[in-house]
Amino acid sequence: MSENTKNKAEPLFSYKNKKLITNPIGKENPITIQVLGICSVLAVTVQLRPSLVLAIAVVAVMGISNVVISLIRNITPPRIRIIVQLTVIASLVIIVDEVLKAAMYDVSRQLAIFVGLIITNCIIMGRLEGFALYNKPWPSFLDGIGNASGYGAVLIAVGFIRELFGSGTLMGQQVIPEFLYNIGYVDNGLFILPPMAMIAVGVMIWVQRTRDPELIDVS
Amino acid sequence: MKAIKNIRDKIRPHFETGGRFSKFYRAWEAFDTFLFVPEKTTFKGSHIRDAIDLKRTMIYVIISLIPPLLVGIWNIGQQYYHAVGIDPTIQESFTLGLIRIIPLIIVSYAAGLATEFIFAVIHNKEVNEGFLVTGLLVVLILPPTMPLWMVAVANIFAVIVGKEIFGGTGMNVVNPALLSRSFILFGYPAYLSGEVYTYTEVQEGHQLVDGYSGATPLSLVAEGEMEAIPSDFNMFIGDMPGVIGETSFAAIMLGGLFLAITGVGSLRIMLSVFAGGIFMAGLFNVIALNEYMMIPIHKHLLLGAFAFGAVYMATDPVTSAQTGRGKYIYGFLIGVLIILIRVVNPGFPGGVMLAILLMNVFAPLIDHYVIQANIKRRMKRIKNNPVNVKENLNS
Repeated sequence: MSENTKNKAEPLFSYKNKKLITNPIGKENPITIQVLGICSVLAVTVQLRPSLVLAIAVVAVMGISNVVISLIRNITPPRIRIIVQLTVIASLVIIVDEVLKAAMYDVSRQLAIFVGLIITNCIIMGRLEGFALYNKPWPSFLDGIGNASGYGAVLIAVGFIRELFGSGTLMGQQVIPEFLYNIGYVDNGLFILPPMAMIAVGVMIWVQRTRDPELIDVS
Repeated sequence: MKAIKNIRDKIRPHFETGGRFSKFYRAWEAFDTFLFVPEKTTFKGSHIRDAIDLKRTMIYVIISLIPPLLVGIWNIGQQYYHAVGIDPTIQESFTLGLIRIIPLIIVSYAAGLATEFIFAVIHNKEVNEGFLVTGLLVVLILPPTMPLWMVAVANIFAVIVGKEIFGGTGMNVVNPALLSRSFILFGYPAYLSGEVYTYTEVQEGHQLVDGYSGATPLSLVAEGEMEAIPSDFNMFIGDMPGVIGETSFAAIMLGGLFLAITGVGSLRIMLSVFAGGIFMAGLFNVIALNEYMMIPIHKHLLLGAFAFGAVYMATDPVTSAQTGRGKYIYGFLIGVLIILIRVVNPGFPGGVMLAILLMNVFAPLIDHYVIQANIKRRMKRIKNNPVNVKENLNS
């Protein structure tokens, strides 16, 4: 009971809560450290705009679903918890999908099935199972936002690199100046192909672990 | 020589521990051992020493690359003069070839070696000589029309992603030269399409012959123009459009012979690649569903980079299979895949690079199963004749 009162006195952005957001962006990154959610990184990062949209969608779905699951954590029978989680995520994904279709139809066409596949994104299920089911709504919310941002950051970085070198544009705007093309610069077609996303993520993992040897797990 | 040695002894202390440039010791060491015999001697334990170290092995490969390189240089000029309808002398062809190939070689080495040196200095490890061969191989498997900056970018990519990520020379999974070329193939496909292989920056006073296409024999075959491909003799000596080193079957065989005699390249792999190619081409001849499948077997071996891939690329000691029987399987499958990709896949007229890269990835798996089979065979022998084995052990 005493622990409970102590928790109540805890400020909204205590050190521990801040870590819930910053850790998943850095050294507990769901993509570069846990290597989850890779398929969508390979599939949607050809351009920056879809990467950005998917990142925002995942942040929204994850933040809200973590809160919802955390709120009902005490009344969910453990036996059916997975199906309850799926139902919550699926409902949110449908909402996101409808919003996208209404507001940004072209991007929604580009993302195609990958909005629907947010449901199966291992990061979301993992955080629900691993965190929201045992924690209060506010820390759960922060954890969801943090992990989704960690995922989104990698998504956006890869999308940035691939669009810049693959098509010479960013958000559809040409950024590589015309005179470079005139003296012989050519966009690199390899960056448009999915293997380059894998190489980009691989290089990120390499750089991150070289800079922080703690993260290297010898297995 | 003495003068160089004096200079070297003078600047040496700066690079050693405590010196001004001790950070760059590894870069210094690379040049030093390139010029002089290393002064290090074994100080612990006894080992079998061989006169040939990595540096000398690489020099042997370079020597074996000289014949295809020379023919390649000549052929660059030769194809240009064919395109403008002039009958050139050998000197004219050679001069034009040299003008084109020297910048390519310089850029290829500079980009790759600079990357290697940077990583060597960062990680404080020895600079290996692997790139001396890779840098030349890259030039030999590109057409003379390649823009220089693409070669540089591709080499930097190949050294970082192909070698340094895995731990440097000797640890790479796939052949770095082929990785560099595949970067260009997928990144800038228009520059490796097989229709732009002749060096045709037309000089003053020259004019392209009407209707000249400059397509390589393989892309002609892919388009179904069987009559247009060069004669067997021309393909044998190397007078046809193509990437710089691949055209001459004769020169490649000369280099292959040198590699096989010195033992630097594996004869087993070379022969089994040819066996695989002959087998698959023969099989297609029997099936004979379309014109492409009916190309005679010997033409398949002369066309494209088949011979070059078999002799120089498949035999890379790092990325090929290591076990004896594994080498036969590895080489045979490369040969089969080259012809298969060539004939069946319309997207890539030349399948050599893709076939070898694919088998590079499978080489460790092949080795694993060969070793497992060997262990099983020997276990069986023990189980069947336990007495014999015991006697052998005692004697």
